[in-house]
Amino acid sequence: MSSMAVEVRPPLWRRLVGFNLLTGIVLGIVGWYAGWYLAHAIHAASLDYFADIDYNELSIVLAYIFGVIGFLIGLGFLNYPLARLRGYPPSLREKETGGIGRYFGLCTDHKVVGIQYLIGIGLFIFIGGLNAMLIRTELLRPDHQVWPAGTYLTLVGIHGTMMMGMMTSGILGPFGNYLIPLLIGARRMAFPRIEALTFWMLMAAGVILETTIFFGGFPTGWTGYAPLNIQANAGMDCYILFFALVGISMCLLGLNMIVTIVTMRAPGLTWTRLPIFVWGVISTSALMVLSAPVLIATLLMALLDRTAQTNFFVNAQGGSSFLYENLFWFFGHPEVYILALPGFGIVLELLPVFARKPLWGYRLAVAGMLGVGLLSFFVWQHHLFVSGINGDVRPFYIFSTELISIPTGFTFLCGMMTLWRGRIRYTVPMLFALSWFFNFLIGGLTGVFLSDAPSDVTTHGSFFSMAHFHYTIMGGLVFAFFGGIYYWVPKMTGFQLNERLGKIHFWTMFIFFNLTFFPLFIAGFLGQPRRVVTYPHNLQFLNDWVSVSAFLLGASMLLFIYNFVKSLLFDRVPAPANPWGSKSIEWQLPSPVPVHNFDRIPVFSGDPYGYGEGPAPAAAPAGAPAGRD
Amino acid sequence: MLGVAVGVALAGVLIGFYVSKLTTDNGSAAYTVPVQTANGHPVVDLKIETVAAVGPQLSNNPDFVSYLIQNTKGQWKRETVWRLPANATVHVTIYNFDGASGLRNPYLARPLGIDGNVEMIDGKTANGVNPDDTSHTFAVPAFHLIVPIPGVADNAKNQCGYAPCSLSNAHHTITFTFHTGAKGHFRWQCFVPCAAGWLDGFGGPMQTIGYMDGFLDVV
Amino acid sequence: MSTPPREQAGGRTVHATRVLIAWIVMSVIATPIVYFVLGPVLPPGKSTVQGAGQVFDNTVLVAFVTPIVCLLAVFFVYSLTQFRAAPSTELVDGPPLRNDSTVQTTWVAVTSVAVLFLAGFGTYELLKDGSGGGQGPAPIAKVSGNNFQVQVIAQQWEFTYRYPSLGGLETSQLVLPADTNIELHVTSLDATHSFWALQLGVKADANPGVDNVAYVQTKGARSFDIHCAELCGLWHGYMFDTGEIVPASQFAAWVKQQQQVFASVAKYMPKYSTVYFPDPQRRAG
Repeated sequence: MSSMAVEVRPPLWRRLVGFNLLTGIVLGIVGWYAGWYLAHAIHAASLDYFADIDYNELSIVLAYIFGVIGFLIGLGFLNYPLARLRGYPPSLREKETGGIGRYFGLCTDHKVVGIQYLIGIGLFIFIGGLNAMLIRTELLRPDHQVWPAGTYLTLVGIHGTMMMGMMTSGILGPFGNYLIPLLIGARRMAFPRIEALTFWMLMAAGVILETTIFFGGFPTGWTGYAPLNIQANAGMDCYILFFALVGISMCLLGLNMIVTIVTMRAPGLTWTRLPIFVWGVISTSALMVLSAPVLIATLLMALLDRTAQTNFFVNAQGGSSFLYENLFWFFGHPEVYILALPGFGIVLELLPVFARKPLWGYRLAVAGMLGVGLLSFFVWQHHLFVSGINGDVRPFYIFSTELISIPTGFTFLCGMMTLWRGRIRYTVPMLFALSWFFNFLIGGLTGVFLSDAPSDVTTHGSFFSMAHFHYTIMGGLVFAFFGGIYYWVPKMTGFQLNERLGKIHFWTMFIFFNLTFFPLFIAGFLGQPRRVVTYPHNLQFLNDWVSVSAFLLGASMLLFIYNFVKSLLFDRVPAPANPWGSKSIEWQLPSPVPVHNFDRIPVFSGDPYGYGEGPAPAAAPAGAPAGRD
Repeated sequence: MLGVAVGVALAGVLIGFYVSKLTTDNGSAAYTVPVQTANGHPVVDLKIETVAAVGPQLSNNPDFVSYLIQNTKGQWKRETVWRLPANATVHVTIYNFDGASGLRNPYLARPLGIDGNVEMIDGKTANGVNPDDTSHTFAVPAFHLIVPIPGVADNAKNQCGYAPCSLSNAHHTITFTFHTGAKGHFRWQCFVPCAAGWLDGFGGPMQTIGYMDGFLDVV
Repeated sequence: MSTPPREQAGGRTVHATRVLIAWIVMSVIATPIVYFVLGPVLPPGKSTVQGAGQVFDNTVLVAFVTPIVCLLAVFFVYSLTQFRAAPSTELVDGPPLRNDSTVQTTWVAVTSVAVLFLAGFGTYELLKDGSGGGQGPAPIAKVSGNNFQVQVIAQQWEFTYRYPSLGGLETSQLVLPADTNIELHVTSLDATHSFWALQLGVKADANPGVDNVAYVQTKGARSFDIHCAELCGLWHGYMFDTGEIVPASQFAAWVKQQQQVFASVAKYMPKYSTVYFPDPQRRAG
């Protein structure tokens, strides 16, 4: 095809000028120095303990805040609000510039944001996982210090904080952003620029957390308890700012999801025809929106205590360390259900496809997710059973925490009955979905021990509780996350992932995950507390077993990265539009999905689980290729 | 292919930098104390200084309080991991150049776990110090060993500024003897809240190995 | 798309019956084994009344979850082998089963009853004698009678112990008399710690300015491990010690010896109190 006009491409330097990632980084650095300078100009005696050695706490805080603002301005987030203020009409201009450059800046195409999230979160999770390997290296010998003890605590802190912060948006970020408009028959999310903002805020936050090593690290672990967090070095501010940014990102992401799903569903898509993954996203988003503000407020109070000499959390001056614990866990418990619920959604979404049966008990499954979400706000004091807070309400929290296992059980029932009498195919996504049941069962049942206050006296603060949450979060969420990757990457990229390598990855990851974390229950029972750099000598064999298994688990992750890079960058085997034979609407579209999603908005006539009930999918985008390849 | 190779190499370099930074940050080199023998029994001499500000030559945090140890060449080093022989007699001399901060728990103001449970302060025996006059303690909790160290008076003349300090500066000399037992890795710490500017006085140098905390590596 | 005739006529009950019977058999065998073999070795050990209560609690819980594990094990092994898709190039759908109200109702009812039992059982065990957990300054599960009070003071990074009934004697090693009802008052001077005496079955967080009460009723003489169970700073991992339960006569001798050691600092000690606010409280130095 010849064109009449010859296209002249501007020189490289010209193309780099503008609002993009490079400008963002440059303005971020400028903002950093602006904040640092401003804080030094505020020469109040109470803020400036170490003026002669340049150790002004406030300087680090303001430097980072201005740095993030500069970064976001450089990326171009202020352009559209300013344009609208000046009277320009609404537009989605940022979607149109094509090519790979879209992935490195502000793009309003939800599919681009989804892939940005996948790679960005993947990078930071890799760093978090590396920290875990370093932690296990330290625990190989109780008497030998590989890292200085303070650095070990920073490693523990970065590992936990990075994982929690990144995996909170771990499924809603990549898969929610990519799939929700497709699943509800829309062309975009309700607030595309806010969507992009949540991604870039998260990336800035991750960088801030890693730079804590230049400021002495932080000694509190991911929970950041007062008053230790007030006593800590400047590295603690990096933790506070990381979590505050994550909180804002979380809140906006959840808001975007809810508004999109409530207002932009295509005709015919009633609430009872929504894919179960969408229900998972709704319940997660509700939790995000309601709990993140509490986190942000708590961290602000901690920041004021550290910089402005307020006393929210200092007992001796009228505050209370209990206040921090209460507020943190009021956010913290819904947070772990924010992590778990998308896993429920993905697993229940995958099982019908690979068992070739409709999702059994759809309304029960939805009730389960909503029930878990609602109850998650009423259980947080089970983290505080032996703390001395409110001794007389412990029976209530035992009751509410036990109660939450009822809606969780609904997910198990619906999954199990979907498999019952099905025609099960053991593809890699299905293997991950099935392993979820094994892992989450162990995680959930050990949760029963922890929710029982007398048993909690033994296990609180020990490796038992650590193994419990790794089984539910890693065994539950991360396995579902990988299931989602193997399932949806052919749709997102148009290329297949190598099935054989995928199966090796699954089996090595599953086996070594269990070999790593199951012995930790025993370590907890034998008296090893959490976050310790040394342990009694009789536990050395157990710790060595766990460390070696953890290294092998890390190796299986490297195998996944190898598969990912090899399949998508080198082999590039084109994937058919519907390799799994799914009746869900996103699989009726070409791979990768075109920029405008649908040629014409589809009309829905049923849910996507019509297996065994006839050949046609429940929704057909008019004009799309009929049937599957 | 080249892009992937560059990416892997870059990742390797970054990880290497990360790991090496973590190994050296906020730690301390180990100092093997020279051992003499008396009657077939190992004897060790430790000469230690506690200073109010460690100075820019010895640290990136020149205003941190710190312990310093004197090596065989007479130099004062900021190393707080000390290798000692097992089943040995350890004679300790501490020169304190720092002012008093006061103990939070007065119970720790009396020597325990050392020979005779008495310490020599400026040549005079003492079985305790006024808790409000303590400047630092040398304590090894695993041995139930505590030695309070009195502080230099606030109005003393010729106080030491940045380390290293000389004996002509105002100071107290504390001597005591203790014994090591079986092999092991035992931490020691100061219990006086001497970290100016941190909450409860226990942050900063009190929570960084190489200043007010360290290890006894009994081999 | 028609299902084979065999399944339509009672095929459903064949699968279900097999699973049900396999589950019942497995549970009936496994649960007593777990209860009687695994139960007695569960932590924290029966050296105290509270510890024994926790062992019983843990044993009941682990026996309770055994049938649940058996059910899921039997179900998944059966389903994943029996309902495998036949190797074929064509995708064959399964039967369009969307719901079964009997199964749903049974499941909801059974899980609800199970959960209510667990909640009630846990609450009963907790309120019986406190289970060795920290209950705050106004405990509801008290051990009545004349309790021997011991204060645990957590500081960065060591535990010290005060005996109010012995004139405010403070020691750095915890020694307790055997066969005594002990009331522990756990507090902190700086950050949040947690007093965890493993073999006693006691865990109580130490918060600054808070008096956290935990009860423990000792039995025979033994030594026990103490760890700090809440991250409190640099030396959290090294904040451990060994305590002793000794017979009453030995306890009296130990107290006398400690009083001599304590004499030189007694005049500086603040009066015994359930909470302390020693200087520096802010960022002094």
